[in-house]
Amino acid sequence: MEKKNYTVSIYTENNIGLLSRIAAIFLKRHFNIESITASKSEVNEVMRFIIVVEITEEQVKKIIGQIEKQIEVIRAYYHTDEELIFQETALYKVNSAEFVEDLTIQDFIKETNARIVTVTPKFFVIEKTGKRHEIDNLYEKLKPYGLMQFVRSGKIAVSKNEMPISSILEEFNAININS
Amino acid sequence: MEVKTAKKEKIIKQAPITVSGAEAVIKCLLEEGIDTIYGYPGGAIMPVYDELYKYQDKIHHVLTRHEQGATHAAQGYARVTGKVGVCIATSGPGATNLVTGIADAQIDSTPMVCITGQVGSHLLGSDAFQETDIIGISTPVTKWNYQVTKAEEIPEVLAKAFYIARSGRPGPVLIDITKDAQFASMEFTYKKCTGIRSYKPFPKVDLFEVERAADLINSAKKPMIVFGQGVILGGAETLLQQVVEKAGIPAAWTILGLSAMATDHPLNVGMVGMHGNYGPNVLTNDSDVLIAIGMRFDDRVTGNLEHYAKQAKVIHFEIDPAEIDKNVKTEVAVLGDVKETLQLLLGYLKPNNHDTWHQKFKDLYKIEYDKIIKNELSPKQGKLGMAEVIDEINTTSKGEAIIVSDVGQHQMVACRYAKFNQSRSNVTSGGLGTMGFALPAAIGAKMGMPNRQVVAIIGDGGFQMTIQELGTIFQTKVPVKIVVLNNGFLGMVRQWQQMFFDKRYASTELINPDFVAIAKGYYIKAKQVTERSQLQEAIKEMMDSPEAYFLEVKVEQEENVFPMIPTGASVSDIRLE
Repeated sequence: MEKKNYTVSIYTENNIGLLSRIAAIFLKRHFNIESITASKSEVNEVMRFIIVVEITEEQVKKIIGQIEKQIEVIRAYYHTDEELIFQETALYKVNSAEFVEDLTIQDFIKETNARIVTVTPKFFVIEKTGKRHEIDNLYEKLKPYGLMQFVRSGKIAVSKNEMPISSILEEFNAININS
Repeated sequence: MEVKTAKKEKIIKQAPITVSGAEAVIKCLLEEGIDTIYGYPGGAIMPVYDELYKYQDKIHHVLTRHEQGATHAAQGYARVTGKVGVCIATSGPGATNLVTGIADAQIDSTPMVCITGQVGSHLLGSDAFQETDIIGISTPVTKWNYQVTKAEEIPEVLAKAFYIARSGRPGPVLIDITKDAQFASMEFTYKKCTGIRSYKPFPKVDLFEVERAADLINSAKKPMIVFGQGVILGGAETLLQQVVEKAGIPAAWTILGLSAMATDHPLNVGMVGMHGNYGPNVLTNDSDVLIAIGMRFDDRVTGNLEHYAKQAKVIHFEIDPAEIDKNVKTEVAVLGDVKETLQLLLGYLKPNNHDTWHQKFKDLYKIEYDKIIKNELSPKQGKLGMAEVIDEINTTSKGEAIIVSDVGQHQMVACRYAKFNQSRSNVTSGGLGTMGFALPAAIGAKMGMPNRQVVAIIGDGGFQMTIQELGTIFQTKVPVKIVVLNNGFLGMVRQWQQMFFDKRYASTELINPDFVAIAKGYYIKAKQVTERSQLQEAIKEMMDSPEAYFLEVKVEQEENVFPMIPTGASVSDIRLE
């Protein structure tokens, strides 16, 4: 079976220790996590993890099973890139002197739809949100000018299909009220 | 209307009382019906022990000689009673000593709650004396774990712990409580946990899948059942027997499924797996429908997956969705508690018999009997064999004893030969293969089932891993029977060295002490048997003893366990020699 980039979305309760519990499942199977982000989700007090991992579909299915088994995981999903709308964000810190002297940098910013976040006498911070190759593209362009710092976020993504977390939680509440 | 509700609540609700966090822990245990716990005191758990002193008429705390012993004792207790086993330890080394038992309980689905003391919350992360990150350490081997830093969290967290440990597929839970949370006072009320919104212990049964399973079974020509511990955990032993009898299906068991069905039931065809019986292993690869009930296709059961039941349609009755298609691809997966799903299945099953197919199992048993079993049960000469000892125990116990086995050759022999009429009677470390399990587990088993005979079968290697629990036996006077089958080797490893490493016996020979003297040193009645002629009487004396009894049997040093599926081989390539 072919290895692919799968994006795993995990909806969880907001509890200390859950990150390491989830990470341990990947560790146990010796899978390398490409990127990970955690944030609040569309549902109150529900966290959402987005983990990118390059494995086979069979492997990702088994991982989902193990993740959903964790007590505080509400539901986990996996998607291919085609099933997602996704973005990454990067920050590039460049020397102000370079920036002012060489106008091609300014052209790069315009071409790539990047944005200047901060300007100081010493450095500029440029922000670019987009697909991985777009971020890499700007990185390659800025690199010759001496990047002072570079950082890229993990992938964030929303699925084209529904992930009905609210109704899953409502279903639980309904059962519990009845019993 | 509102007033009425409020009044009602007032009556039901317990009035809160002010107690310390430590006392709250004990009160929670009492609320959960716990009367026996196992543990070892130390600095960070002292407030709880101080409360145990006050509550000693309500909770029996068994002081083991090592925290690992406490976990296995709690496991033994849980395995025979079906209740949650509880153990307590202090922080640092006390907590890390629990890890083996927790891992064992996790892989063998044993309900257990471990409570550990932790350094004061202001010291967390400072490398304080006896501080260890037991939450981090135990995360991969617990069903759930949680660190309590405030006394008022204790009732809700412990209620959750017990609910999680025993519901669905059971497992171990660890609750770490900082020392300041034990000292602090809080308003105590208790409410049992009945649900957690992110946790679905019992998957909804899909009736359509049950019907599909029944259709496959009804039209099968060569169906075979393999049942595991799920049947015991679900309390579905009677249902299993009804399914087996109604549809006339030969049924084999995994090591943890043993005793869920009487060993002498005509349709019980024995054990599957590496050292299982010849028939069920070979015929796994001849069956047309393989019905797995509450088992998880462990690699010791399946051998090489590429050649496991490829010709068969596999039906999997299972409570844990993560087990479906994990190792073996299923045709039909029936999710749910087997107690529920087997009941439904029974309604759809047509009465049937598969005598011709069943005869195949009997024919292969005959081959195994002639080649192995006959010689092992009644050898004419040579030193005593392990099987003879188990058989002698059967003669006295008549299948009514609880047999607790350790890990290795003697375990395989015990499980192959022990007779059982009652469920929850086979206690062994299956998934983890924890040497040292049996002695403390037998203590817990006997305390859980004081009216039943409990016999621990242990090798000379494993015995010395937790030998210190003889002290617990002496102190508590728990009348367990201990049989050490002494072959002077780490027998299973030696067997592999003989078969696969050209007899290079690297570090497998044991120069042993005088075990009888050690047992006697703990004031436990003890005897050694070296000759066949002494065996019957010695076993009888042990079984009849009202007190604990230690019996060392010197057995053949280089006995091998057969049948055997060598690693990487197919189940049908099981070797008889």
